[in-house]
Amino acid sequence: MCLAVPAKVLELRDDNMALVDISGTQREISLMVLDGDAAPGDYVLIHVGYAIEKIDEEEAARTLAMFEEMSLLDEEVPEGEDPLV
Amino acid sequence: MSVLTAFRDSERARSIIERIHRRNTGDISIMEFCGGHTVAIFRSGIRSVMPESVRMLSGPGCPVCVTSNADLDRAVALAKTPGVTITTYGDMLKVPGSRESLMQVRAQGYPVEIVYSTLDALKLAEEQPDREIVFFAIGFETTAPAAAAAVLQARKRGLKNFSICSVMKLTIPGARALLAMGEVKVDGVIGPGHVSSIIGSDAWRFLPEEHGIPVAISGFEPLDLLAATDAIMEMHEQRRPALVNTYSRVVRPEGNRKAWGAVEEVFTLDEAGWRGFGIIPESGLVLREEFADFDADRRFDITVEDSEEHPACRCGEVLRGVITPHECKVFGTACTPESPLGPCMVSSEGSCAAYYHYQRQLA
Ligand code: SF4
Ligand code: SF4
Repeated sequence: MCLAVPAKVLELRDDNMALVDISGTQREISLMVLDGDAAPGDYVLIHVGYAIEKIDEEEAARTLAMFEEMSLLDEEVPEGEDPLV
Repeated sequence: MSVLTAFRDSERARSIIERIHRRNTGDISIMEFCGGHTVAIFRSGIRSVMPESVRMLSGPGCPVCVTSNADLDRAVALAKTPGVTITTYGDMLKVPGSRESLMQVRAQGYPVEIVYSTLDALKLAEEQPDREIVFFAIGFETTAPAAAAAVLQARKRGLKNFSICSVMKLTIPGARALLAMGEVKVDGVIGPGHVSSIIGSDAWRFLPEEHGIPVAISGFEPLDLLAATDAIMEMHEQRRPALVNTYSRVVRPEGNRKAWGAVEEVFTLDEAGWRGFGIIPESGLVLREEFADFDADRRFDITVEDSEEHPACRCGEVLRGVITPHECKVFGTACTPESPLGPCMVSSEGSCAAYYHYQRQLA
């Protein structure tokens, strides 16, 4: 039910609406509850006709890099105590 | 969208799976609250690549499944009210209430319309000023902003024939209720991705802080789910329960304040009846007094009596993670997606439907 799909913003329209491309299908959606602006070319997550978040592509790249590390925990473990080191 | 499809990369997946197998976790039970995760875990075959020590449990994460028959019966009664057209998301139609489903009601000629969005329901209200358009609003935090936005739009446009019957629920009180019951052993939680995009990852800090349970917020791609599982295992192994967000490309610590602000403007908390859980205080969203004109429950005098569950259906236990769908006697026989006895077989994210589609051979 609350699965959302990524879409590319194609064009901004009146009344806080936007035309987006959802894997090949064009659709008019609302930007009313999106926190911040979206511009053509941005990726947003669409849920039941509303953009709920922007997808941060830089953050995505960072996450991918992080997945390759041994640990995803961000807190530093005191040296010598981390069994993974 | 290369960086996004990269989250399905099998090469990267393999290295995380290897890491998972090298871990020294011992037996561990990891619960995903979100039915979207249940489906994604099945579809990507993650269960089958897990070490035997890892048990994956499905929780109450689907609003269709936790909607009580009493609420469904109310929607059915509204649909039969003269002048009223019920609109709702497609998933709701097939769910059997105590006596009938919305789909059966529609087959009897009552107007029940499937909408993709509350925007469509608003449009219907504008096009048919002589009808009362009621939106039967189910959903969790992800879906609530769309309902709130519709009410705000309706007020702005001066629509007098649009109202909402809200059975929307909040996942955090649901998760708290599940843990308070203490029926299942939960060593780690895969936190819902899209719910968290609205309420923020910080909303889940109570799991490590109050219950000592590690939580990893996850997206819906295989890499997201594998990385979340791995992070939970690492935290468990090191006895360092914390919050990890593997879906930071979408989920921020504070969530979407604007969307949640709209929800808080329109709705307030009330107790709600959950299938399998009973009444959970402050877990339901109802319209505020100021929006009484848009509240179907105030506008139409509906009383429903004698709501009951199907005697054979064990959805309640499935939703609490106490049994797996296979343990229900009617699974795959009297209860199938074509003729479901309970919502867990209807919803596209229901546990029984997921088991039915992906794991029947193991029954
Ligand atoms: S409603 Fe949301 S939280 Fe529930 S199963 Fe679906 S995607 Fe997950
Ligand atoms: S198999 Fe059917 S009857 Fe049994 S718990 Fe699942 S939905 Fe309910």
